[in-house]
Amino acid sequence: MLERAAPFAFGAVALGLWQGIVTALGVPPYVVPGPIAIVSAYLSDYEVLNPALLSTLTVTFAALAAATTLGVALAVAMAASALFRAAIQPWAVILQVTPVVAIAPLIIIWVNNPFAALVVCATIVAFFPILSNTAAGIAATPAELLDLFKLNGATRWQTLFLLSLPAALPNFLVGLRISGTLALVGAVVAEFVAGSGGFASGLAYRIIEASYRLEIPRMFAALVLLAVSGIVIYATLGQVERLLLRRRDGA
Amino acid sequence: MLAIGQVSKRFGNGTLALENITANVAKGEFIALLGPSGCGKSTLLRLLAGLEAPSEGSIIWDEGRRPGPGDIGFVFQDATLLPWADATENVFLPLRLLGRKRAETAGIVANALAMVGLADFAHARPRALSGGMKMRVSIARALVAEPLVLLMDEPFAALDEFTRHKLQEDLHALWRETGKTIVFVTHSIYEAAYLASRILVMSPRPGRIAADIATSIPEGADRRGSKEYVALVAQVTETFRRVMPA
Repeated sequence: MLERAAPFAFGAVALGLWQGIVTALGVPPYVVPGPIAIVSAYLSDYEVLNPALLSTLTVTFAALAAATTLGVALAVAMAASALFRAAIQPWAVILQVTPVVAIAPLIIIWVNNPFAALVVCATIVAFFPILSNTAAGIAATPAELLDLFKLNGATRWQTLFLLSLPAALPNFLVGLRISGTLALVGAVVAEFVAGSGGFASGLAYRIIEASYRLEIPRMFAALVLLAVSGIVIYATLGQVERLLLRRRDGA
Repeated sequence: MLAIGQVSKRFGNGTLALENITANVAKGEFIALLGPSGCGKSTLLRLLAGLEAPSEGSIIWDEGRRPGPGDIGFVFQDATLLPWADATENVFLPLRLLGRKRAETAGIVANALAMVGLADFAHARPRALSGGMKMRVSIARALVAEPLVLLMDEPFAALDEFTRHKLQEDLHALWRETGKTIVFVTHSIYEAAYLASRILVMSPRPGRIAADIATSIPEGADRRGSKEYVALVAQVTETFRRVMPA
């Protein structure tokens, strides 16, 4: 109980100290705003910030959906064919280790629709954990069960749908949770790179805009919204994971 | 029912796992493949199942028919149930893979569960079952498709002694009732002596058949206490003393 309350207590103390120091030293809000200034910036600007949040989240979830489809499909194909795995794996790793900031300008030039361009960038960032975790889960299918399926003349599809995919579910869900937060990161990075040439409506764009205008409290308010979104996505996917696994294996 | 003729198995790394194995399995026999770790007894079982091919020699089934899907029942050392499926679903699995309909096989599945004493646990998930019960489900799963032969790879090795004794008794009784042909891999002399109608003693590196012993222990409650059982254990122990490298 005490341990569950600890992070909140620590947060409250830190916020109190922050506000206290800012007030005591008279730091102007355009250098470091206190928590109160940030909250009041949000309250006066939520008509701009909320739609911006919605826009960023739309990109995030579209990217997460695309990353899930792509990641699972590639993992299944890699499990089915060693040749395909050998051909694809190094390229997937290369795509993963190349910073998306470096590829984003190209994608924004190539993909005409700004929304689609952002989704593509965020998908590139997000798909790898789903791919690698799902592939690892499929590869870890117990050999005895594969033998059992073989002895009873199972088809490839039966083995996939009745055995390999359900067996890989826990790994897939771990990948999904990591990818969920990465999709948000990817969406924000893509928005930064796109700037006003992009969708011009997401939270990252609002952060850039506020920094040009030295509206530092508003920048912080946008930043807080992003952080909260990240936590909520992570926690929700964690909850989904627990629920699905409990349903799968019985309580 | 099947003839193993001069079978050898060499693995890709050059290890000779089995050398010149010749044996016949008659219908209705309960054969124990008995030997220490590394004697190739599990490999021989996999060859019989058709999961691997012999490097030399042949395994010929009656009338030259090769076992098709569902003709081999296999029980592994672990129960290896699907954790997301209840006992009924797990037992139904082989039938499902063979293309049988759930509705028309419900009775068969229920019978198989009843045969291993789990009629009351038809809808329990593996997580809710004990180790012994999981192994019972695994045996029901191996028998449900009416295989020609039941192959078992040290199925009771991971269970505690009390559970193991109970499962041995139930398996022996099940064999007496059904007359199923069983090949059972074990490293326990006592288990082989209690269960089998015939013991193939194997020696290691490379795996060979060192002795072929038909058993004749009276059936009944004091099977483990009978003088024939004690004598058989002594005979097998003596055989190992002779064939095991120092």
